[in-house]
Amino acid sequence: MDILSMTALELGRKIKAKEITVKEAVEACLKQIDKVEDKVNSFVTIDREKAFNRAEEVQRGIEDGTYTGPLAGVPVAIKDNMCTKGMLTTCSSRILENFNPTYTAEAVLNLEKAGAVIIGKTNMDEFAMGSTTETSYYGETKNPWNLEHVPGGSSGGSCAAVAAMEVPYALGSDTGGSIRQPSSYCGVVGIKPTYGTVSRYGLIAYGSSLDQIGPIARDVSDCAAILETIASHDVKDSTSMERTDTDFTSVLVNDVKGMRIGIPQDYFSEGLDPEVAEPILEAAKVLEEAGASVERFDLGLVTYAIPAYYVIASAEASSNLARFDGVKYGYRTADYEELHGMYKKTRSEGFGPEVKRRIMLGSFVLSSGYYDAYYLKALKTKALIKKAFDQAFTKYDMILAPAAPTTAPKLGSSLSDPLKMYLGDIYTISVNLAGLPGISIPVGRDSKGLPVGMQLIGDCFQEKKLFRAAYTYECLTQKKWISDYDKTQTAGKEEA
Amino acid sequence: MSKQYETVIGLEVHVELATKTKIFCSCSTEFGGAPNTHTCPVCTGMPGALPVLNRQVVEYAMAVGLAANCKITQVCKFDRKNYFYPDNPQNYQISQLYLPIARDGYVEIEVGDTKKKVRIHEMHMEEDAGKLIHDEWEDCSLVDYNRSGVPLIEIVSEPDMRSAEEVIAYLEKLRMICQYLGASDCKLQEGSMRADVNLSVREVGSKEFGTRTEMKNLNSFKAISRAIEGERARQIELLEEGKKVIQETRRWDDNKEYSYAMRSKEDAQDYRYFPEPDLVPIVISDEWIENVKARQPELRTEKLERYKREYDIPQYDAEIITGSKKMADIFEATTAICGKPKKVSNWLMVETMRLLNENGQEPADIRFSPENLAKLINLADAGTINSSVAKEVFEKVFAEDVDPEKYVEENGLKTVNDEGALREIAAQVIAANPKAVEDYKGGKEKALGALVGQIMKAMKGKANPGMVNQMLRDMLK
Repeated sequence: MDILSMTALELGRKIKAKEITVKEAVEACLKQIDKVEDKVNSFVTIDREKAFNRAEEVQRGIEDGTYTGPLAGVPVAIKDNMCTKGMLTTCSSRILENFNPTYTAEAVLNLEKAGAVIIGKTNMDEFAMGSTTETSYYGETKNPWNLEHVPGGSSGGSCAAVAAMEVPYALGSDTGGSIRQPSSYCGVVGIKPTYGTVSRYGLIAYGSSLDQIGPIARDVSDCAAILETIASHDVKDSTSMERTDTDFTSVLVNDVKGMRIGIPQDYFSEGLDPEVAEPILEAAKVLEEAGASVERFDLGLVTYAIPAYYVIASAEASSNLARFDGVKYGYRTADYEELHGMYKKTRSEGFGPEVKRRIMLGSFVLSSGYYDAYYLKALKTKALIKKAFDQAFTKYDMILAPAAPTTAPKLGSSLSDPLKMYLGDIYTISVNLAGLPGISIPVGRDSKGLPVGMQLIGDCFQEKKLFRAAYTYECLTQKKWISDYDKTQTAGKEEA
Repeated sequence: MSKQYETVIGLEVHVELATKTKIFCSCSTEFGGAPNTHTCPVCTGMPGALPVLNRQVVEYAMAVGLAANCKITQVCKFDRKNYFYPDNPQNYQISQLYLPIARDGYVEIEVGDTKKKVRIHEMHMEEDAGKLIHDEWEDCSLVDYNRSGVPLIEIVSEPDMRSAEEVIAYLEKLRMICQYLGASDCKLQEGSMRADVNLSVREVGSKEFGTRTEMKNLNSFKAISRAIEGERARQIELLEEGKKVIQETRRWDDNKEYSYAMRSKEDAQDYRYFPEPDLVPIVISDEWIENVKARQPELRTEKLERYKREYDIPQYDAEIITGSKKMADIFEATTAICGKPKKVSNWLMVETMRLLNENGQEPADIRFSPENLAKLINLADAGTINSSVAKEVFEKVFAEDVDPEKYVEENGLKTVNDEGALREIAAQVIAANPKAVEDYKGGKEKALGALVGQIMKAMKGKANPGMVNQMLRDMLK
């Protein structure tokens, strides 16, 4: 049986039916990891011993009825910015190179309660700052579709691991597109839920008011089932919401009749690669033919989203990352004089250039005398963007958009021009600023064979609409754009 | 000195709130404890940990705000104050800048016969920092996060005070309010109440304020008084010499009675305040405010009047007893048991105060129970023990809260009323002191006292002195 080509739900069913043991599932993943990991580099940490021990425990749990959910026994990879008790959690930074958390993030706990088996921790842009997974201290992750290209970021490791068949699914986090953009680049499905749906407790914060954890998988049904499992009201997270509508798998039907879809003109203008625009608009046609109404409209304020986002996210980051100082945990420089010398040297050596850039930017916009002109103005912009979306959702059930202006760029082509890299976030960041849910699903490939993703954006708490539309599209196109095992092998061969 | 100067003082007072758990996590706030035992991921700033507001902190802050006649900010928020220091595990403190919980209040103080209002600019909630311990021997520093996250309110006054007496009266007033509300025990020595003094001087009649300095590290009312006098003199001297006062933060050294410059305005840190994104705004409904108001206990002024009226005790007694919430509570509880207010008040004012002073303690440190004080009063009143024995027993009650009935029983301290036994001893004393007997019979009343003393001594203090006196007179007739 080809375990690797199964989705998480398929594998879960086989495990439940005792056709496959949990150990076999774990072995299959580790075997694939052995095969491709030195080329793709999806992981920072792989913990075989823990995975096998846990596999035994979960197998017993399934047999004695402790674990009955659809994900019981299915291996998973966790982005390395979520705390896992006793398992290295680095945020792909040198400053946390030796950090072993004393507790596990709530979202991960929810998975564990459902019988998940953690294989390891995935690579990412350092502290989730970046769009390519090249800012990791532990080396860049490569796109399994073409190893000369980036997987996107910051959840590049999680998306690459799923695309390269190393795990059936993974958790990522999304502050400005960090789930949706790499999902698009890697040809997988990823959703950023409404802010407050998944607990942030144990997620190492980048931009607290924007961060959300979400699933990355090979199809829409998996994503719905995973989100259903990790969503919870957590009293430890004051921004967590009490929702009674998280039974996302209940809406997976092939039907979009009567759904109103809006396409923002502003998103399909200058700057969008025609090779990306084409398959997305074709996908829109598929939905239209299935009974949805599709209409173009002006969303507005699009150009303000990037400056507002970088001001707010950097401001929060400059404060959130202050705790990494060499005093309590993590990296501390070897030689120093006096306290402030220790702080400076530790942080200079511990953080990479992109993180430093954002800490400086954030510190600047919060400085006395500049606060009103930058931070306060950015908050006002954020409120206006939310209003623009609110207005759009009076007319539409969802907004259809690209996830990124291009397909995955070549390795090494992005970091030299950070401003250009920031502009690449244009279609994803407004969604975080407005706290909305957004899903990215594969809809085609460009002439180089690199995946193209389509983004569907919903109003707050309207994930069900997104799942339904995405599922319908998937049914109608028979998931033909999903990466598979053979392709990864091909990529591997090309490299060799 | 030819010119006349006026001192202008404003205070920033930090009060540690008496909640059982910390402001943003469920760790204990208990003082002491082995280092880093009252900690969790939240109050040690572990990556990924998030704060959750303790509702009781808001209640206490509201109660103090209302008692100080403040307006409650009905949508209030927390902000982050960013600065690096190892006692601050996140390297930011969660505090309030833009929308503090209470604003625009005042308290009334009394110095001599003059009453005066001291306005309160604002009052905000924040978290306390941990404690750094510098180990000179090992040449390293250690940090204890037990105190990290203990809730504080900071009360910022307007520059309305003009003397050390007014400052002390203001602090006493705040302390009384907090103690009566149960919001804090306000112990300066333990740091549960801390005051920073902003002080400037100006020529009498001047409309402008002078340049102010801020003084820190003031651990007692005495230190505050001395620091104010010292700083006033220092600033006047500068002005008299034609020099300028520099706006700076100074640290008071109470041993040397001198303050040292810590940092000037130029070195002032930019705290880069911004709204705390991990916490949602606190929305305080009219109903919530009314609720807190309704539960507001009787404050000192009302209590004092009621004691005079209800218990018929003098103004002086009432002032001392209501001077501490703890003392007042014991007074009422004890009186409720024994029904003798004046006696209870005497025990509290005289013996209790004496022992507190001897031990360097405050009324808040009282450990004995009203039940045991009531029992003691009843024993003394019934003549079961005489007054000197009662004092001795009270020391035991004060120190260990012993049950006086048991203690008296076990130690055989009951007054001996057995006439036969007394008569026997008296006969012995009379036989052994012919000179004193002679003197008494010769009309020297004093000689009788000496004989009574001898008998009391022989009875180890347990005899009833009145009874002994009467018996001797009869026997020597």
